[in-house]
Amino acid sequence: MEAGIVPIIYDLKEYLKAVFAARQQEISRNDTPFVAGKRAKAFDLFAKAGFPHAALERWRGTDLSRALNHEYHTLPEPPSAELDIDAIFKCDVPHFETLLVSQLNGWYADRKKLLQVYPNGMIIGSLSAAFSKYPELINQHYGRYADDEAESLTALNTAMSQDGIFIYIPDNVTVEQNIQMVNITDFKQNLFLNTRNLVILGENSHLRLVQCDDSINHDVTFVNTVTEVKIGRNSTLDHYKLQNKDDHTTLINSMYFQQDEGSSLSTNAISLNGGMIRNLSHVTMSGAHCSADVYGLYLMDRYQHIDNQVYINHAAPECESRELFKGVLDDHASGVFNGHIKVHRDAQKTNAFQTNKNILLTDKASIDTKPFLEIYADDVKCSHGATIGQLDAEALFYIRSRGISEANAKILLMYAFAADVINKISIPELRLRMDDMVKKRLRGELSQCEQCVLNCSTHEHQKVEFKIDLSKV
Amino acid sequence: MLSIRNLKVSIKGKEILKGINLEVNAGEVHAIMGPNGTGKSTLAYVIAGREGYEVTEGEIIFKGRNILQLSAEERACEGLFLGFQYPVEIPGVSITNFLRTAINEQRKYHGLDPVPATEFLARMEEKKKMLELQEKLASRSVNEGFSGGEKKKNEIFQMAMLEPSLAILDETDSGLDIDALRIVATGVNKLRRPDNATIVITHYQRLLEYIVPDVVHVLFDGRIVKSGGKELALQLEEKGYEWIRNES
Repeated sequence: MEAGIVPIIYDLKEYLKAVFAARQQEISRNDTPFVAGKRAKAFDLFAKAGFPHAALERWRGTDLSRALNHEYHTLPEPPSAELDIDAIFKCDVPHFETLLVSQLNGWYADRKKLLQVYPNGMIIGSLSAAFSKYPELINQHYGRYADDEAESLTALNTAMSQDGIFIYIPDNVTVEQNIQMVNITDFKQNLFLNTRNLVILGENSHLRLVQCDDSINHDVTFVNTVTEVKIGRNSTLDHYKLQNKDDHTTLINSMYFQQDEGSSLSTNAISLNGGMIRNLSHVTMSGAHCSADVYGLYLMDRYQHIDNQVYINHAAPECESRELFKGVLDDHASGVFNGHIKVHRDAQKTNAFQTNKNILLTDKASIDTKPFLEIYADDVKCSHGATIGQLDAEALFYIRSRGISEANAKILLMYAFAADVINKISIPELRLRMDDMVKKRLRGELSQCEQCVLNCSTHEHQKVEFKIDLSKV
Repeated sequence: MLSIRNLKVSIKGKEILKGINLEVNAGEVHAIMGPNGTGKSTLAYVIAGREGYEVTEGEIIFKGRNILQLSAEERACEGLFLGFQYPVEIPGVSITNFLRTAINEQRKYHGLDPVPATEFLARMEEKKKMLELQEKLASRSVNEGFSGGEKKKNEIFQMAMLEPSLAILDETDSGLDIDALRIVATGVNKLRRPDNATIVITHYQRLLEYIVPDVVHVLFDGRIVKSGGKELALQLEEKGYEWIRNES
């Protein structure tokens, strides 16, 4: 430490404890007794465990201490009923038809109509409004899949989140439109935000869900999002998580998926930018014949940090899981991949595959990749593979020998590396846009981008046009 | 077109090429033959500008200019083309985009504007027709999932699109069935012009039944030990490389 500079250490945990005690009424103003009970229990867990630290195995490679050492404000007020959502959120992805569900600072944005019931029985709206409006659904699903005991940040979320998105799809409904959840943070001071979402798919239903994270202002933001997803019998969920945050943002994104018999999940986390991102994909297969595809792509540079934690809990027989995570790390960027597959004793005939591939562009960039297979059944097929490498010299020469410059040859190879994760995107318009975004990111044109990954939610006057010249890639 | 004078090349201190002399004029097809491990591929790579080789002596003059200081991409822009023995797969990058990028970068090097899309696509169609290629190339990723034959045909297709002054085909015939071999040979023959030249590197005489060379060289232990007309290839086929070994 330089002489004359006195470091300030903020004790965020003590601050949050004080807030929790002093603003109890405000936090739980929409609670039912069931939710309030969860809250109290969860806060005790958080108070006991504190924030995650490097001594915990699952947090070994991700150091939150700097991100936590800020003076944060928390519990932002809900937006006013006069909020004009269209003025803030505008999606410009060509032909990308979505049903836009917006959040502002964690709150469901449409304050005039907190819960919308659609003709097919689908319900979309504010989670805190759903607490008292749909207690049966809440009591059956809320807090059932998220693991407050294992993850103290999840416990903190259960304790302090005030709102988020509630989505209920009844049995036998195929949702034709893509549902796009956009979480905007716009707060004039440093913000510590807990948001909570609950998605329930009944039986034989089908949903495509796109989650985007966005920030408008440049203040330091810590977003701790927990999303619980129930996928009912024989239902399918096609899920995307798109992250393009600025370098001042810490994003803890914990997804808890619970799959019933015969259900299929595909989830793809694409991280293009962000100071610190931690994605948890926690998948529990509680019925037979489930399948889960868990994908991820991360392109990090400068001092950015990305942590992908995957936990596939094979609790039932004859299920299949496939993981594919790929990443390019430049400059001083660092990454963690932790792939835990657990196969219970009864989960015979499980197929579980895991791949993590990384390219490090500098000797300062780093990746800590760890497969962890915990297998108690004897009739299973499991495989894992991790690679860390540089760009292939032979391939670089091949491209350059056609007259393409070294810089472009490198971009081309990185793009080729990323392409097989992008190609897993089954919504064509989204795939095209992601393809363009990845190209722009690799060319270094996205670095300062504050827009959401889809550029869909910027203020009108900030609109940025992306014109992609294919000949450049 | 190309003159190589007393070229000596080492890899990690081991001398591979021990004084190569080679003159290739516009309009000519040269064949370089020789047993495995005598430096044929090294010669191709050094001409094309691959890094990792140490040129200890000699020079490579291409179109009147010593190209040893040029990067691989600059040499390509000057009109050199290397057909690879093992073409590299580039998943996710379509052949169309790959070639359009290459052509536009070469045009940029010469101070030209990018080729308009319609003109480019027409050129692709034209070359496909000329080479009698059936495959739907445009949308496929470069070499991804291609059979050995398809990869080599794709090399010839790239050569046709890039229209180099000098093409070096490194063992393009290896692993090809007769049909693919014929397509490769047809390509080379059809692309032959008074103002370009081709060097065919091959282990077997078979390719030379389809491509008739003006000059045949035998590369042995880092040196060109024998040069002659197309009959030299036949002699080699008949007597085997032992004959050269005994003579040298």
